[in-house]
Amino acid sequence: MINETLIPKVGVITDVRKDTPDVKTFRVVGTDGKKLFEHMPGQCAMVSVPGVGECMFSITSSPTNKDYMEFSIKKCGCVTEVIHSLEVGAQITVRGPYGKNFPVEEDFKGKDLLFIAGGIGLAPLRSVINYVRHYRQNYGKVVIVYGARSKDDLVDIEEIQTEWMNEPNTEVYLTIDRPQEGWDGHVGFVPAYVKELGLNPNMTAVLCGPPIMIKFTLAGLLELGFDKSRVYTTLELRMKCGVGKCGRCNVGDKFVCKDGPVFRMTELDELPDEY
Amino acid sequence: MLKIAKERLNELYARINQTMGLFIPVKKAGEVNYAVWKEGKEVSLETLKTVKSPKNMFFPQTENMMKFKTEGKNLEVIDVRRDYAEEGKLFVLFGVKACDYKAIDVLDKVFLAEPIDTYYKARRDASVIVTLACSKPEESCFCGVFGIDATAPQGDVTTWLDESYLYWQANTEKGENLTKLVADLFENGGDAEVRAQRQTTSEILQKLPYANLDLSVFKPENLNELFEDSAWEEMSEACLGCGTCTFVCPTCQCFDIRDFKTNEGVLRYRCWDSCMYSDFTLMAHGNSRTTQMQRFRQRFMHKLVYYPSQNDGLYSCVGCGRCVNKCPQKLNIVKVIKTLGGKKND
Amino acid sequence: MNAQKQLLESGEVARVIGWKKGDFCFDPSPASFETVEELKDFVYDYFCGANLSKYLIQMSKKEGKTAVFLKPCDTYSFNQLVKEHRINRENVYVIAIECLAKLDIEKIKANNVSFVTGVEVVDKEVKVTSIDGEITLNKPDVVLTKCATCNKTHQVKDEEIILHERPIKDVNRFEEVEKLEAMTEEERFAFWREQLSKCIRCNACRNVCPACSCVKCVFDNPASSISAKANDDKFEEQLFHIIRAFHVAGRCTDCGECSRVCPQNIPLHLLNRKFIKDIDGMYGEYQAGETSDGKTPLTSYTEGDVEPKDVFNGEAK
Repeated sequence: MINETLIPKVGVITDVRKDTPDVKTFRVVGTDGKKLFEHMPGQCAMVSVPGVGECMFSITSSPTNKDYMEFSIKKCGCVTEVIHSLEVGAQITVRGPYGKNFPVEEDFKGKDLLFIAGGIGLAPLRSVINYVRHYRQNYGKVVIVYGARSKDDLVDIEEIQTEWMNEPNTEVYLTIDRPQEGWDGHVGFVPAYVKELGLNPNMTAVLCGPPIMIKFTLAGLLELGFDKSRVYTTLELRMKCGVGKCGRCNVGDKFVCKDGPVFRMTELDELPDEY
Repeated sequence: MLKIAKERLNELYARINQTMGLFIPVKKAGEVNYAVWKEGKEVSLETLKTVKSPKNMFFPQTENMMKFKTEGKNLEVIDVRRDYAEEGKLFVLFGVKACDYKAIDVLDKVFLAEPIDTYYKARRDASVIVTLACSKPEESCFCGVFGIDATAPQGDVTTWLDESYLYWQANTEKGENLTKLVADLFENGGDAEVRAQRQTTSEILQKLPYANLDLSVFKPENLNELFEDSAWEEMSEACLGCGTCTFVCPTCQCFDIRDFKTNEGVLRYRCWDSCMYSDFTLMAHGNSRTTQMQRFRQRFMHKLVYYPSQNDGLYSCVGCGRCVNKCPQKLNIVKVIKTLGGKKND
Repeated sequence: MNAQKQLLESGEVARVIGWKKGDFCFDPSPASFETVEELKDFVYDYFCGANLSKYLIQMSKKEGKTAVFLKPCDTYSFNQLVKEHRINRENVYVIAIECLAKLDIEKIKANNVSFVTGVEVVDKEVKVTSIDGEITLNKPDVVLTKCATCNKTHQVKDEEIILHERPIKDVNRFEEVEKLEAMTEEERFAFWREQLSKCIRCNACRNVCPACSCVKCVFDNPASSISAKANDDKFEEQLFHIIRAFHVAGRCTDCGECSRVCPQNIPLHLLNRKFIKDIDGMYGEYQAGETSDGKTPLTSYTEGDVEPKDVFNGEAK
């Protein structure tokens, strides 16, 4: 009998990192110790604790990592709460990869790239940023703007500070919503910060974060002269199958699981406003 | 063309049932639905519309998908799929009307598209479909609008039923094989009767009140305009948010996947779901459709615009009219078509 | 009939809840009308069986008064919802409208009639025109199940439209329940098992039920580990209906909407009627929805109440 995509593989958690008070990053390999499957930046996987439920998460590790996959998961519902209680050695199930990836081998090549993330929105961007770092010569300048509610809510801050900030031809701008003791960096919301930075509108931009941040950041980018057809984002809707059959993530003539989650802003303009 | 006297149909069913499963419209507690045939069951081929469509035979309302076993820290995924065709477990789906047969095409485009849904495919591969032409369409029927000829459905075998005989014509190899199995129960003849019945039925079909619904506005380029139409509020205001239309619909195919804890481990199953339900798009941190209007709109936009846009113009409605008959508050797809379709439908 | 027109014209109400004509003579839908112009589609006929009271949970919270057409049976649901603080009574104008029993198109069609083009009621006869000609049916045979045993009268009205006096029927609404009670346990189990096995979990019974007014139903709670839509032929799964009957016990007004909307025609109202009959027997006759205040048998205690043990061992009267 041919393979069934809805039947998952068993994965073992080999590392758990507490990034923020409500985000943990889980490192997962197969029971044979090898990586479960290959993916491209922006693609997702269905992670499940049998008996509790299955949820779609962005694969936050880069495909260039050949040893394992990572998922940065924010605790916000029944399934994620149970996942957060798991420790190293626990077994879960994983299936995928699902969805369209960022066009890293096509449209992004040779371009200056601007990554803007808010909160847990860094998860899908971390995969593409690390992919770009790995093939650094294929891409131009990289600018990263990342904001969170507080300094404690910045996901993966260690990697950002020790690796990303030291990358050549790369600028990293961090911001938090409100002043906080021990933070001497920028304070303010991401959309305002983006406008303040007066970024070069010829860059290809990727936005990921809460809908409200996307909305205002996009407006800011357009004011700066960015071209909508070179602005990308990812959508998140309820999913069950991951392969465009269960009907849940249908918006207009698209299924977010199959035709997304990565969309160009110009594509989103054509979709009914229901995401 | 072959024929068999109506009073001998039970022999036909019994013969088929010797080697294959037989699903056929059966009356139980007053209602007719497809069910496993057994000696003594009350078969009702005459029933124009079974309450549930035969989609249940390929896409059961609830279906076990896999099991999980945990021993200590070890988790095991147990594949519970079966390949019915390879096991030789074929089944005959008998009495499928033209609209319901066309609906299987609609489902195929979803479930047999890559990646293939192997649960659905296993049942499709194991099926032999015997269709039955309609002879008494009713006012809620509008299959003709979707180019379906109710008097001559396709399928592995096509049959026609009149007062005295069931007429039989094999269309495919599967159908020929089935015919060989039952040939001795049949006699030759029936061409003239079938022709006459088709003629009479065609005349009724043309007179049906919904025969000339105009679908021309429902095309991909009008997607956003239709979506924004202010009439959705009014069309949906009486909607109860129940799943009746969805569950009696032969083409609705949305499903949920759920886990169930048993003594022997976890069972993962899928079940029909309805975009009319308030929790359909509910996520831990929000819901993309919070009003019944949005859910109502999703169902009809999907059938009339989104699905066709993804599938070369094929509508995800076959005009069976079940929703017309069964909606508790008498809302239905025809009222939507008429309201949005504009003047041509008046 | 132009009460609705005057109410809208004078601005006394912001909207009217009634029925809108359909494509056929037998498919009107509940609808709201906000302008006199919209009233051109207003209809009130033998197929307006839907109970409009539940719509008022939302409508009575809107700005401006809502006028509603209520049949006698609907007024009990209305009162019950007012009693449960679901409807804002001050914001509703009740037009009590006569009802001479509503017709069931499925029962009409069951007489081997298809392609119905017209239905006319003359006293106790229903003349049905179809493509096959005209036939006359006996009205009591083709009324909605809920109407067959109804003797209800309007319990609330701000205005009434009564053109015909309705004959009081000599019927025992508990007849079917008594038949079930007379069965052996095995027979009764088999009866319900067969009926409930038809259930497709569409939840129409729950969603239409005026007594099911929970903001979030327990069956929709993902943490409850029950799925309101997973259809399972196992009997315990179908306990859904029995649980629901328990939940509406003492509050169900016997409006019969559950049976009217069931796509598989499961006689769900019989579960509720059994409860009503038992409550009548144990606590004295009680009709939910007769008033919008006062004590109810299951939520008040008197020293004469039956002991639970007597209920369980069948000794309660």
